[in-house]
Amino acid sequence: MTDAQLPTADHPLRAHSPAVSASRARRWGSFFYAEQVLRVMRGYGWSVFLYSVGQPVAYLFAMGIGLASLVNANSTSVFGGVNYLTFIAPALLVSSAVMTASGDFSYPIMDGFKWRRVFYGPHASPLVPQQIAAGHIMASALKFLVQSVVYFVIVAMFGASPSPWGWVSAIVATVAGLSFGLPLMAYASTITKDSGQFALVQRFIVVPLFLFSGTFFPLDSLPLGVRWIGWISPVWHGTQLGRVFTYGLEESPVLTLTHVVFLVGAAAAGWTLTRRQFVRRMGA
Amino acid sequence: MNPPAVITAENLTKSYGELTAVDGISFEVSAGESFGLLGPNGAGKSTTMKMIGGVSHRTSGKLSIMGLDPETHGPEVRAHLGVVPQQDNLDEELKVRENLIVYGRYFGLPLSYLRPKADELLEFAQLTDKAKSRVDALSGGMKRRLTIARSLINEPKILLLDEPTTGLDPQARHILWDRLFRLKEQGVTLILTTHYMDEAEQLCDRLIVVDKGRIMAEGSPASLIREYSTREVVELRFGSERNTTIGVELEGVGERVETLPDRVLIYADDGESALEQVSARRLRPLTSLVRRSSLEDVFLRLTGRSLVD
Repeated sequence: MTDAQLPTADHPLRAHSPAVSASRARRWGSFFYAEQVLRVMRGYGWSVFLYSVGQPVAYLFAMGIGLASLVNANSTSVFGGVNYLTFIAPALLVSSAVMTASGDFSYPIMDGFKWRRVFYGPHASPLVPQQIAAGHIMASALKFLVQSVVYFVIVAMFGASPSPWGWVSAIVATVAGLSFGLPLMAYASTITKDSGQFALVQRFIVVPLFLFSGTFFPLDSLPLGVRWIGWISPVWHGTQLGRVFTYGLEESPVLTLTHVVFLVGAAAAGWTLTRRQFVRRMGA
Repeated sequence: MNPPAVITAENLTKSYGELTAVDGISFEVSAGESFGLLGPNGAGKSTTMKMIGGVSHRTSGKLSIMGLDPETHGPEVRAHLGVVPQQDNLDEELKVRENLIVYGRYFGLPLSYLRPKADELLEFAQLTDKAKSRVDALSGGMKRRLTIARSLINEPKILLLDEPTTGLDPQARHILWDRLFRLKEQGVTLILTTHYMDEAEQLCDRLIVVDKGRIMAEGSPASLIREYSTREVVELRFGSERNTTIGVELEGVGERVETLPDRVLIYADDGESALEQVSARRLRPLTSLVRRSSLEDVFLRLTGRSLVD
């Protein structure tokens, strides 16, 4: 057993005053919590990278190059005059961000409130619940952005982003990830018992959104009965907006604006509901 | 002159719908004092702690921590506090040392302070050799010590400890008590909830006995024992079938006889003499023990129930 002592009055190490702590936490608390999330992510950075970038790149090879050789040989007119790789690259970029969001905004929220209760550690510090929510969101958004930028660079190297505005699609993918992820986070923060809800979300929401959002073929080619899935899908709105930037998809400006409003609106609504639910759950 | 009160609670009440978890309790805690809330599970101790920490809103009453209302000045109040929750909520995916650094960042503390401070606290918690281990590789006692070390990262003047040793083996408990005692010596105000009477006796200068959200008694451990119990207690076991009937036969021995399902307790200032009276009545217990009165006896007297059911 050691005889270690805490610092005494003449010890050189001194924390700043509680008033300074509170003031800094009020101003920067969300960033402090984001730092924690990023440190945790760093612990398994390689698996994050492989999942986030490796998977869409695999799709890119399989669909954009393998399948594309068949598709391009028949027709490119159905894809707006661009080759198949250029057509699906923005869709895969957005889908990848949305899939990452479906992971980041589901189980980790349950973990924070219920399993390992990690939200309650910072909750006992000067941070407030809405900052914990915001920190989680900000760290995840940064992750989406980094993975989207890396992925976009790969897409550009394949020559699948002919427009000089193509880089904006990385930002679009990030916002699309949030527009799907934040409503999911709001829902996840209401769950007190895991009865397989997230598996259902994955199978019955994420997968259909991936398949029926104009990812692999234009939404117009689907029958009307399932086309609505695309209209309410962040994947479709993000994908179409991404196509506007990567290869100059021609569509009405109203529709383009609709994509922006949908994505930002869904993200903002999700953030507001999440914030409310965090305060309700942690501040009762 | 008494040191100034750092915590003042007045008619503090917390209700969840029909259930009143804390029912109008009032108390004051002075700077540097070690103050305990002793009571069984569900007595309202943890709820009181959450209200002090400003993470649970009171239904009514007044509460002031360092002169601030935790409901309106939550971050300012919590910046004064170190909190050790009942359930460890460490970041299991981070290394031991990183847990301390990350927690310090929530207080806006710079890394130039946090790095050496984390090392210092790891030494204090006897975890220096585990600094680079993952938290999930630690034993229960080590996790508890790490949680205490984490709560000290901001050099709090008030430390809230909610059942700090529940679930730990006796050796781990004694190590923790030693660490907490050192903090007390250094002037840290300790607020402690426990349902272990030996822990309360070891660590608390003063305590309140809480049951069903209400304060049953208040005082130092010694004064409570003096007031509500005798100096010694004789514990007799006659077998679960016979305890009740023999309890009746023991009436008049000592000052008071308490019959429990598993034993009979005789409260007397002279336990040996009381035991001789039992023998004189030709009653032969399976086992007998004379011991000092404890807070368990105080609680039994006040509520008619044992602390740990």
